[in-house]
Amino acid sequence: MSLTQETRARLEPDAARIIARYPRSRSALLPLLHLVQAEEGYVSADGIEFCAEQLGLEEAEVTAVVSFYTMYKRGPVGEYHVGVCTNSLCAVMGGDAIFADLQEHLGVGNDETTGDGKVSLEHLECNAACDYAPVVMVNWEFFDNQTPQSARDLVDGLRSGADIAPTRGAPHLCTWKQAARILAGFPDSQAAGGHTEGHATLAGLRIAKENGWTPPDSGDAAETSGRQQ
Amino acid sequence: MTSVLTPELTAYWDEPDSFTLDGYQRHGGYRALAKALAMPPNQVIQTMKDSVLRGRGGAGFPTGVKWGFIPQGDGKPHYLVVNADESEPGACKDMPTMLNNPHALIEGMVIAAYAIHADRAFIYVRGEVLHVVRRLHHAVAEAYEAGFLGDDVLGSGFDLEVVVHAGAGAYICGEETALLDSLEGYRGQPRLKPPFPAIAGLYASPTVVNNVESIASVPYILGHGAEEFASFGTEKSKGFGIFSLSGHVTTPGQYEAPLGTTLRELLDLAGGIRAGHQLKFWTPGGSSTPLFTEQHLDVPLDYESVAAAGSMLGTRSIQLFDETTCVVRVVLRWIQFYEHESCGKCTPCREGSFWVRQLLQQLEGGEGSQADLDKLLDICQNITGRAFCALGDSIEAPVKSSIRYFQDEYLEHQRLGGCPFDPAASTLFAMESAR
Repeated sequence: MSLTQETRARLEPDAARIIARYPRSRSALLPLLHLVQAEEGYVSADGIEFCAEQLGLEEAEVTAVVSFYTMYKRGPVGEYHVGVCTNSLCAVMGGDAIFADLQEHLGVGNDETTGDGKVSLEHLECNAACDYAPVVMVNWEFFDNQTPQSARDLVDGLRSGADIAPTRGAPHLCTWKQAARILAGFPDSQAAGGHTEGHATLAGLRIAKENGWTPPDSGDAAETSGRQQ
Repeated sequence: MTSVLTPELTAYWDEPDSFTLDGYQRHGGYRALAKALAMPPNQVIQTMKDSVLRGRGGAGFPTGVKWGFIPQGDGKPHYLVVNADESEPGACKDMPTMLNNPHALIEGMVIAAYAIHADRAFIYVRGEVLHVVRRLHHAVAEAYEAGFLGDDVLGSGFDLEVVVHAGAGAYICGEETALLDSLEGYRGQPRLKPPFPAIAGLYASPTVVNNVESIASVPYILGHGAEEFASFGTEKSKGFGIFSLSGHVTTPGQYEAPLGTTLRELLDLAGGIRAGHQLKFWTPGGSSTPLFTEQHLDVPLDYESVAAAGSMLGTRSIQLFDETTCVVRVVLRWIQFYEHESCGKCTPCREGSFWVRQLLQQLEGGEGSQADLDKLLDICQNITGRAFCALGDSIEAPVKSSIRYFQDEYLEHQRLGGCPFDPAASTLFAMESAR
């Protein structure tokens, strides 16, 4: 793949907006890499050249950064990138079994993509949802409390083009490229949608409410100690 | 009965619009900001010092003291950077906070930036949590719209720009100086300290780097007063914080409680270890904190008591494992994580994690001996204190503590020529099919 002149011309205003967010332009490098990944699905040689050009860097300097971060892919991945957490806790809770099962079910290994280009598979480190272990991520959205069967159903749904919602997250799963564009700092309109208040998230709050351990004096204290605008 | 749990940050997470400005303001949101802006910045810092809030990102350094290190009147730009790179295995509190209550973070940021004379602030959020990134952008946009961010905040003459910056997958960027290098557009490698970020941080300017929960606690402290915050907790570990329970517990999740609460108290609320099983080992604060066992159920979970019992409070990331779990497997997997995430800058961590992983693999496969355990401890001892940053030091924690409590289990692998445990027995689905 390559970035055509038309694509570059279209990306340049986006790049300028990203660079304008920072006091020093080089800080824009990580979001710019997300931006080119959003275009091609991975960070290509052309993508590296584009970023280097925007920031006045050498391509080698940009490449050194790309190779450090695991979210930047160096070749095409699936439209839906499926990550299975196999760090200790998720592994023990079933992540190892899910990952092994998905490899067999999809016929791909770690960091490989199905022949139809729909799904790629990767094992992940801890994704900060341990209270929902074992966790599977698709395009960086949470699929909580998975089993080998639920994970199979999930990837089958992804391959058949079903409209799938994460357990906690946006109402509709977006594609890998769309996700990368959000990471570049151009969010879609799904922020207000979806639900994020899962059972584990609310576990302590529910018990506190059952016991009447609500905030000591939330409304009143704020009323008296804060000033009305 | 006194409140075992004290929901404050988590108090309204069950309301469907808790992440919006309306939802936040309905419960008094942004009133603490107005109060803070009416105070001189130094007084805001003093209030934070008086609250004795200690950094909620793991290290436990007093937040107000950190703010106080920022030189005043030095003519340089100052920066506030929020460390939202939550990646410690076991840690899962900052992500739900930002999903459900992002405005507490933003209000805290405005107060913090005002106190340290910063007119630019960044949220460095890990990239692997797409909806968190969306919610942060949404909240920042709402805050600009309402005049809580941008020029002349609430007519105070104070200006603040906030940028949401998504990382790209690197655990090491949770280390504050590596985070700053990453935010400057480089590989995320830690810097030599001193100079500390307060003197030479982002772009070599004075910078405060604070954890999400630390900053999100600021509105409460300013709104309710330092004294009220400090009335919770223990003598030296003040306030409340989110305890995250995960693993073989009946009701995993987020439990906001005063520091000094014990695991026994938390487990009582959470329904105990899953039915029919017993606690075997647990981490008080994530994989980088030495393991505890059942004998530590009554250790008050505050900085001092946990340290006195041989571990660290860390991020209060309590991972619970029952008797079906192989400790060698768990420790090996954490070490594989550290090996993978080692930035490679310093030899003890880069090489040490590699050798420790190899030895653990042999032990797990039944090919290790007592001599290998000794070698393992020797290597760990040579990493700790000699690595460039805390990532290297973390390698020793699970290895040494697991050998201390479960040496026989390591050797059992050798006797049997492999792992004595059935991995299927420890899964969530084993739990469900048994129900």
